[in-house]
Amino acid sequence: MSDARIDGVWSRVDGLRTRLDALPQWQSDLVVLLGGVVVTYLVFGLVGLVSGVSPNAVVGFLQTVTFFAAVFALLTLALNLHWGYTGLFNIGVAGFMAIGVYTMAVLTADPTGSPAGFGLPIPVGIVGGTLAAAAAGAVLALPALRVRSDYFAIVTLGFSEIVRLSITSGTLREIEVAGTVYGTGGGSGIRYTPVDSLVSWLLGLPGVGAVGEVLYAIGGAVGLTESIVDRLLYALVLIGFVVLFYVLLRRIARSPFGRVLKAIREDELVARSLGKNTQLAKIKVFAVGCGLMGLAGILWIGSRSLATPESFLPVVTFYIFVALIVGGAGSNTGSVAGAFVFAAFLWEGPRFLRTILRSTVDARAPPTIYDAVVDLLAFDPLPLAGYLIDSLDELRWVLIGVVLIALMIYRPNGLFGDRKEIAAATDLSRRPGGESDE
Amino acid sequence: MSDPQPETDEAAEPSEAVGPSETAEPGDTAAAKPVDDAILRVDGLEKRFGGIVAVDGASFSVERGTITGLIGPNGAGKSTTFNCITGVHTPNGGSVVFDGVDITGQSPDRIATQGLVRTFQIARELPEMTVLENVMLGPKNQLGESLWRSVVPGARDAVVQQEEQLREQAWETLEFFEIDHLAEEYAGTLSGGQRKLLDLARALSTDPEMLLLDEPMAGVNPSLETKLLSRIHDLKQQGYSFLLVEHDMDVIMEHCERVIVLHQGSVLADGPPAAIRSNEAVMEAYLGGDV
Repeated sequence: MSDARIDGVWSRVDGLRTRLDALPQWQSDLVVLLGGVVVTYLVFGLVGLVSGVSPNAVVGFLQTVTFFAAVFALLTLALNLHWGYTGLFNIGVAGFMAIGVYTMAVLTADPTGSPAGFGLPIPVGIVGGTLAAAAAGAVLALPALRVRSDYFAIVTLGFSEIVRLSITSGTLREIEVAGTVYGTGGGSGIRYTPVDSLVSWLLGLPGVGAVGEVLYAIGGAVGLTESIVDRLLYALVLIGFVVLFYVLLRRIARSPFGRVLKAIREDELVARSLGKNTQLAKIKVFAVGCGLMGLAGILWIGSRSLATPESFLPVVTFYIFVALIVGGAGSNTGSVAGAFVFAAFLWEGPRFLRTILRSTVDARAPPTIYDAVVDLLAFDPLPLAGYLIDSLDELRWVLIGVVLIALMIYRPNGLFGDRKEIAAATDLSRRPGGESDE
Repeated sequence: MSDPQPETDEAAEPSEAVGPSETAEPGDTAAAKPVDDAILRVDGLEKRFGGIVAVDGASFSVERGTITGLIGPNGAGKSTTFNCITGVHTPNGGSVVFDGVDITGQSPDRIATQGLVRTFQIARELPEMTVLENVMLGPKNQLGESLWRSVVPGARDAVVQQEEQLREQAWETLEFFEIDHLAEEYAGTLSGGQRKLLDLARALSTDPEMLLLDEPMAGVNPSLETKLLSRIHDLKQQGYSFLLVEHDMDVIMEHCERVIVLHQGSVLADGPPAAIRSNEAVMEAYLGGDV
């Protein structure tokens, strides 16, 4: 009886799979991606609630995961254009984010603030920052693309550190122009209108405002404050940008231009021998990718009201690479999936686990690991558990390492990396009609 | 063309060499070309790597609509000559004139867009692209190679339309080379001989005027070799020109109108196959100079 039931479930799963395979690839991707997200949220939510974490903390956690998944997805997609598609080993992602964010900050900061800005509207700041990052990419590409791949990587890393250290330096900290002090603010950073005020700007537009009223009313009815509704709306704006990036990159990937990019990655001399101007293609794609990185930086760091040079350490670039490797370099869907997995399981997951453990395990951390081991030898594991819980932030790095190693062994191409995403604007497998085999 | 003929004995051969192409279909553009028209002219080409002189003042020319063989013992400078002609290396001296245009020292992509396309001695497939993608990369003037056209919705329609045409051509090319059953496999999974075919198919898809083939028959099975050679002859009839590096002497002697022998970086002999076969200097170079 129960066997028949299990068989029934399996046949249903199989049926689901065949139906999924029958869909166009982007639709089945979307189903898999959204399904994964929903399941993850349900599991996290249930585990959180069952273990006695307050509903507010659970909602807050899910919101944070969504935020990080979205901003990482933006950055991973941009990096995928460089590294996954064109094979440009850009390890200066943080530098281009910094250029985007600081340009946006100077454009939108209060003219009476310290350091002062130009007080321009947010959208101007966003566009300006994106263009500045793209321009920086184009300028850097001219000398950098003359060197070969690994040296190119060193140049980009050097560039990103030059950007960060320039921002920190005293010379650019305060620059007086006509009685007003502009500048980067050095180590103490620069204040500006956070980008998530984009939401209120959007709601201020005629026509959209009414939608906002409705949303606030709905939120109020469910018991959400206006600020939570605002944050949810900003998350929606971010997801909108992810979709925009995805569509843009998919179009680039599925075109003759994307074919040239892929050929550059595989063997640049072949592409040149077939008459492709690879130098120009590389400059274009580098500038576009850097612009997207700048925009992603603005949407991430720019949603705080303060930017400091510490937000742009090289380790940020490393996170993006991990997310892309997990998802599968060369695949746009993989980029988004990798960003979500990274945000949910490697970035925010351990923190959430700590919250849960703190509320369930009553273990105080001893001052050193030595004390914990001594207690363990005395058959008291709690101090060690407490120590581990307290060190979860650092243990994340171990976890990232383990995940990368496991991935390299069992799935070296990442979650979505072993699929063929064909670089052509039409379905190439369709043969010319009426053609019979010889 | 204003350039004078660099070698005197050249003028005599083309009448015999270009003979077969006269039988091309009527209305063919190539048939109308003058018989002594050199499509490629290499003059005093020099290339040094440090103290080693790889090409030492090589001069030769290739007549339009012919198959010309380039042979020579290992280390004679054949590949370096190829690389200098196609822009991979910048020559230290001399000039390369293609179709009346001086292309000396131009970048490989500029040279290729002018219709001078090469294949590689060791086939260089693009491993993580499918065979179809490899061939679709070739065609010149693809609209979608512009970034904005491939992204902006309205402009993209024209790209899609062109892609559909190119797809049709690509399938036909693959069918000819008998690798259409592999069309959707990654090129990296192909065997050595299949890679050679793909290399040639891809070069042809650029619709070149002249092909430089670096050992195109190496690793290709005999029946396909026959087919390939007949295809090369077909293309020759249509006005294409070929410069062929090949170690298989039978192929060279049977199919080339003219043979250029390189030895130690310069031209040792230049003439019709029969003359080359009986040339003592060539025999000496091949069989060991000290005899």
